[in-house]
Amino acid sequence: MVSITSDPIDVSSALTLLQSDQAGAIDFFLGMVRDNTQQRSVDHLEYEAYDRMAISEMNKIVEQARKRWNILECVVVHRKGTLRVGEIAVLIGVSTPHRADSFDACRYIIDTIKQTVPIWKKEVFTDGETWVNAHP
Amino acid sequence: MNTQISVLLFGITRDLTGQSAVTLPLNEGACVSDLLDSIHAQFPDLARIRSMMVAVNGEYAEPEQALSPSDEVALIPPVSGG
Repeated sequence: MVSITSDPIDVSSALTLLQSDQAGAIDFFLGMVRDNTQQRSVDHLEYEAYDRMAISEMNKIVEQARKRWNILECVVVHRKGTLRVGEIAVLIGVSTPHRADSFDACRYIIDTIKQTVPIWKKEVFTDGETWVNAHP
Repeated sequence: MNTQISVLLFGITRDLTGQSAVTLPLNEGACVSDLLDSIHAQFPDLARIRSMMVAVNGEYAEPEQALSPSDEVALIPPVSGG
């Protein structure tokens, strides 16, 4: 299940979706809003998404992961809008029979999301702002 | 014929142009790279962006892909989700 939300991400409801009697392992990756980037103090982040395409690209990534690993359930939730320090920006959850697959699939999914999914992050510092990765 | 195409803008492209969508003339047989050329001509500031992809109907498009006025086209500056 893949989604984009403007509301805070709820880990416990994701856990419920991942539970399966065949699961020996559930892995979560949570991407968090950190209070600094390269020693600049972050006030907040603004995430923007091309929703339609972001959902389809995230579904493609989950499909690829399902081909590579024995995944029982998979949840991907990306937040958009204004996020404060300490909030969850993205949640990846994977349940598998054995732990190696859930670790590997979780990492693959977050690493690939960062490369291909049309979501953009603006870091708003106490002294300026910048779209991440946009400049040479 | 004076055909037009609308282009969605996100992130830094929206900030640099001050618009969330622009409408541009579309010549017969125009492809993705032609569209990029005319956007860059109209908004020279976009050259400050490290790289630019184009999506057509929600899929990444190649430079030589042909466009039609009914396509949903979007500029995709470097992504930074996660």
